Amino acid sequence: MISMQHKQGVNRRRFLADSTRLASGMLLFALGLGLYARKVESLPAIALRPPGAGGEKDFLGACIRCGLCVRDCPYDTLKLATPEEDVASGTPWFEARKIPCEMCEDIPCVKACPTGALDKTLLDIDEARMGLAVLMDQETCLNYLGLRCDVCYRVCPLIGKAITLEPQHNPRSGKHALFIPVVHSEACTGCGKCEHACVLDEAAIKVLPERLAKGVLGRHYRLGWEEKEKAGHSLVAPDTEHRFNLPGQMKYDYEGEGLMRKQPADSPFSDNPLDTLNQRAGGGS
Amino acid sequence: MKRFADVGKAAVTSKGWLPAHKWLLLRRSSQLSILILFLLGPWFGIWVVKGNLASSLTLEVLPLSDPYVVLQSMLAGHLPESTALLGAVVVLLFYLLMGGRAYCSWVCPLNIVTDTASWLRRRIGIKGGSRISRQTRYWLLAVTLLLALFSGTIMWELINPVSQLHRGLLFGMGFGWAVIAAVFLFDLFISRNGWCGHLCPVGAFYSLPGLLSILRVSAVSRERCDDCMDCFVVCPEQQVIRPALKGAENNIGPVILSPNCTNCGRCIDVCAQNVFQFGTRFHNSTNSSNTHLMVGHNKEVIS
Repeated sequence: MISMQHKQGVNRRRFLADSTRLASGMLLFALGLGLYARKVESLPAIALRPPGAGGEKDFLGACIRCGLCVRDCPYDTLKLATPEEDVASGTPWFEARKIPCEMCEDIPCVKACPTGALDKTLLDIDEARMGLAVLMDQETCLNYLGLRCDVCYRVCPLIGKAITLEPQHNPRSGKHALFIPVVHSEACTGCGKCEHACVLDEAAIKVLPERLAKGVLGRHYRLGWEEKEKAGHSLVAPDTEHRFNLPGQMKYDYEGEGLMRKQPADSPFSDNPLDTLNQRAGGGS
Repeated sequence: MKRFADVGKAAVTSKGWLPAHKWLLLRRSSQLSILILFLLGPWFGIWVVKGNLASSLTLEVLPLSDPYVVLQSMLAGHLPESTALLGAVVVLLFYLLMGGRAYCSWVCPLNIVTDTASWLRRRIGIKGGSRISRQTRYWLLAVTLLLALFSGTIMWELINPVSQLHRGLLFGMGFGWAVIAAVFLFDLFISRNGWCGHLCPVGAFYSLPGLLSILRVSAVSRERCDDCMDCFVVCPEQQVIRPALKGAENNIGPVILSPNCTNCGRCIDVCAQNVFQFGTRFHNSTNSSNTHLMVGHNKEVIS
């Protein structure tokens, strides 16, 4: 009986030792994999997901890495990540600068997805939000330098909606216009054709994930002019007359346009500095 | 233990080379044909099957999905669309019929790698190595499911060497070769059948339908066993053989019921005494005159 008890004791000790060993092994495994997964979850900024993919975390729970979207992409835009890349291994992604999304009207990649990781309620490719184009470098963008490159504007599948050209005065030459490409987030799908087409060695316009590209107003912010329009009248009570001592020539609420300096009637200069420049150019000739 | 060269020699002498390698050859053909069917698309533009083992579409109609990865996705909080769910159900039903871990020996591409490691290990006589419990895979299976549940992502697929290999061959391997090489070296030098037989949670998952699956290997003529041990040497899951083969005196039937038997049929090949046969789990009477299976079998011996 004593030997039986002894044997049971040995068995119990062995069982406990083995279980502890296994449990610690599993903890180490889970820790290692978990830390690695955390790193991978932060998708690099150049990596774009196919149309219809939700937030990165939801996508990593829904995508089973079958590659059917890649197979049905007619332009070889999509590829599956290999383990050494910073994108979660086996998931579909693309780099706009290499091959952008051509925005197929029938969205074959979304149709091919067997799990719904790419959302099938996306029926209009113009509603896709793969990222947001940002004109990142105003120092090298040719349009900012005063040239009429316009390539990003021209290739944009939503030309005139997602990218518009806004004319501005060119203060360098004084007499030319700048045509500034401006991206509008309400229309940009993040297809990346602008980044792909940018003629610079390194694109001045890049598609970023929306979380990096967009600012967020504080929730309490109200835009006065919008509120005014909504209400149909100013929401601020009319100001009472101030009785502060203002510097000379300053008048409060001058002709309803707020605090401003009144132009002395006898000034030789026009309000518009361009007039001055034009006058001089005219005088020289 | 016998020298490597002698394993299966008796079977070759008594049955001839081809019958003594029948199931091995069929199995390799199955593994390679499945791989080739998948490769026809990317290599030659012939799209019989699209996708990979995680989820595929055959001839544009038949969806097949890996139930393990679909389960992880569901635990991660995503309800997959009907295509993936249907595919997973079809696959589960198939393995309920054919033996759960038939996936491992007849489909899994990594099996060719680990079988090669195992063969080389026997060939150059590497013995010993790390002893890992065969239960470890179930712990790993549980951990992968828990990680999906608590992280909301399919974490295991970041490193799963099984899908890594298949996906890599079809979509580009990148650094994935290193993962496969690691599994090979692990099986060769560190642990005998270490990956498939001890660690792989994919195999552990597929062993679960194996608890009920119909097709099983049976030691039908176990009374003829001459204890040559050849089946034990070649079997990747040695522990599954004994209860069935040596169970006569304990009143245990001859069918190998362990869900971890991979239905590879290598034991049938190497047995010179023709002890083993494929059968169903239902013909498991302890009575050794296991009639209908024996009849066909005896004919074979006589002819």
